[in-house]
Amino acid sequence: MIAWLSAVAAVTVQLVVMVAAAPLVVGLARQSRAWVEGRAGAGVLQPWRDLRKLLLKEPVQAEGTRLQVAAPVVLLATSLMVCAQVPLVGTVSLPGLPGDLFVVVSVLLVGTVALAVLGLDSGTAFGGMGSSRHMTIAALVEPTVLVAVFAVSIPAGSSALSQIMNERLAAPSTIASPASLMAVVALGIAVLAETGRLPVDNPATHLELTMVHEAMVLESSGRDLAWVELGSWLRLAALVGLVGNLLVPWGQATTASPGALLVGILTLLAKLALSAVVLGAAEVFLAKVRLFRVPELLAGSFALAFLAVTTSYLVT
Amino acid sequence: MSALRLARLIRRVGRIAEPALPAPLPITLPAPLPADPPTDPPTDGRALPSELPSELRGSVQVRHVDAGSCNGCEIEVGAAFGPVYDAERYGARLVASPRHADAVLVTGVVTRNMAEPLRRTVEATPRPRVVLAVGDCAVDCGLFARGHAVVGPASSVVDVDLEVRGCPPEPEQIVAALRRVTGR
Repeated sequence: MIAWLSAVAAVTVQLVVMVAAAPLVVGLARQSRAWVEGRAGAGVLQPWRDLRKLLLKEPVQAEGTRLQVAAPVVLLATSLMVCAQVPLVGTVSLPGLPGDLFVVVSVLLVGTVALAVLGLDSGTAFGGMGSSRHMTIAALVEPTVLVAVFAVSIPAGSSALSQIMNERLAAPSTIASPASLMAVVALGIAVLAETGRLPVDNPATHLELTMVHEAMVLESSGRDLAWVELGSWLRLAALVGLVGNLLVPWGQATTASPGALLVGILTLLAKLALSAVVLGAAEVFLAKVRLFRVPELLAGSFALAFLAVTTSYLVT
Repeated sequence: MSALRLARLIRRVGRIAEPALPAPLPITLPAPLPADPPTDPPTDGRALPSELPSELRGSVQVRHVDAGSCNGCEIEVGAAFGPVYDAERYGARLVASPRHADAVLVTGVVTRNMAEPLRRTVEATPRPRVVLAVGDCAVDCGLFARGHAVVGPASSVVDVDLEVRGCPPEPEQIVAALRRVTGR
């Protein structure tokens, strides 16, 4: 019972930290991009200000459909679920909530589908176009994520993410193994595609014809838009945090004691901040690739993930 | 441009954003021109900062509508959101959809073809919202007054909350108007 309660406490702490930090991750990425561009930038807190304002506004909704309201909530719920499942602050997981990779990927996919349905429901040409592109990219990304994490899970002998992290903490030599490095690079590319960052999708675009994520949410407003935004930011922060933790697993709380959790929170925030600054600065150097070349990029990352699986059996 | 050259350029240029001016400045509205007796109802919407919705403090998403402009104002609006004037640092951002917007920025005199789209864009913007008329044309038809394709200034089609005069207005004036909405 005590173990269960402390696990609940640890997961709650992780959820609260992620909800507080996810907008800041996006804000920091935009801010670092602004610094590189020679701008002053809106400040790290700007996404929080945007969210506050969106929640205060009256949403404009089409009559006769509930999906405009439901789909953003589903997306937010799946993102929160992912944040609870993925080891970020610590590797303590709820006994009833499987932190298994395959479950995480399917929960991500539920959010992806909710977003695509939202785009279709708006009934505009751009929304449908965005949904179709989104699903194309998702169909290419999901296998890569699965195979990459499968490669990472082979040394641990389990597909539960917390066990993979524990194994990496116990045997750091597995982190630098060729299989693990290839898998993490493949996973990194997949995460960029999944979360709609450059070079797959441009989050700051104004040109409807090139939009993927933005095209689907063009018709959302007010709190619906706030949920979509927060959901996508949480997803980005959780996946970036996962890649960061796979590369640098140290600092994660392996027990639910307050001291360990505090260290876990601080190291997680440091990892997220570093990734956000690097992400924002790197995007200045990237252009969005042509839509028809996205499959090439993702096929490359799939090939890397597949190689990682093969090498982890050959080179042990 | 190779990544290395771009990196060198970034290092050499450094920060090009102008230093931020102190608090939100009140816009100095020049006295309306005596010529051209206004044929349209006078704008009563010249809002004081206290009348602007407080929900928009700190964050204003702007949808830009060109209602029939000569593109002079567009260049200035572009400059206002560019790296030098950097309106984004005050929390204003251009967005692609009126549904995401809090402010509709109208440039140009309202032409017959754009009157209905402008009205619909403002209607599609969730409340509380603000309409800015930027440039002499949007404020009082400017050069194009009484043209055969002209419906009137922006205020003849939608309720205008803030006006920025100038032909074209300077980016600083546009930024100042946006800062009055964001209050930053």
